[in-house]
Amino acid sequence: MRRRALPILAALVGAGLIALLVYGVTAQSANRSLDELVARGRHPVAPESSRALPVLGGHGVRPLAALRGKVVVLNFWASWCEPCQVEAPLLERFQARLLRHGGTVLGVTYLDAAPDSESFLRRYKLTYPNLRDNAGTFAHAYGTNQLPESFLIDRSGRIVALSRGEIEAPFLDNALRLAESS
Amino acid sequence: MSRRPTNRPPAARSLLLLLLACAAFAGATAVAAHAAARPSLPTIERQVMCVTCKIPLNVAQSVQADRERAFIQRLIDEGRSEPAIRRALVAQYGPAVLGLPSASGFDLSAYLVPLAVVLALLGVLLALLPRWRRRARAQAALAAPAPLPAKDSARLDADLARFD
Repeated sequence: MRRRALPILAALVGAGLIALLVYGVTAQSANRSLDELVARGRHPVAPESSRALPVLGGHGVRPLAALRGKVVVLNFWASWCEPCQVEAPLLERFQARLLRHGGTVLGVTYLDAAPDSESFLRRYKLTYPNLRDNAGTFAHAYGTNQLPESFLIDRSGRIVALSRGEIEAPFLDNALRLAESS
Repeated sequence: MSRRPTNRPPAARSLLLLLLACAAFAGATAVAAHAAARPSLPTIERQVMCVTCKIPLNVAQSVQADRERAFIQRLIDEGRSEPAIRRALVAQYGPAVLGLPSASGFDLSAYLVPLAVVLALLGVLLALLPRWRRRARAQAALAAPAPLPAKDSARLDADLARFD
């Protein structure tokens, strides 16, 4: 019996290490639970909304929750992301329309150095508010690991639609309809 | 115009020379130390990660990696030290830029698993060592020659005595 104990123990340890590896690989992959909930018509509360993030190009910190009561198009971007350069002017034009209906675009930079992000703001003359998620933890709560990604958040702070990839006109139309109707 | 004769005693002159030599040496050392402490882009690149590619920056090829390199180069040009550059990188890109696993959640296993493996190996060694020693002792006992019977021993002694 004692002779068998050692191989059994070694096999258990090996199995444990493999299980740990499998868990690690699955845990590292992007979280798509928000996508599933939105697809099923359920509107999850925007995660990490009370986490205060530094204001880009300004002072202090601000949480997403500070915009509660407004329709928010939350847009993750970075200066090194080429599709973000394409959609930035579109979002800026959209901001003017959204503002009239009590909504706003909120940009959040993802793994981008502040000087680069600030020069991006100047280059595209962006006027909507922007926050910095330097550690990427806020973005990870939204399952974001590629850019750009946008989330439509209603006045009660719930996600009603999301767009992974470059933003498209129907998404913005949806945001405008929501702002007009609510 | 005649030169004024130096009337310093030799000991004072030697002391002055020694002081000058020390000052020159100290200056040269400071310059060398400054040159050695000044970080270079390849040195920093090896120590940090490309935060989006999740590979070391020195092998990363992407727009973000190039931005990160440019940011590091700007800090080097500003004359920042290596630790200051690392701190600035963490401030901009978060702790992930250092490529060190955090001490919480799943990342904690990066520290605990090697420790557990070492402890398990030590445990196995402690369990097996007495068994190996017992086996070695038993084999040594088997290999030792049995003592000769008294009759054969006497005959061997007699044979050997004849050769003396």
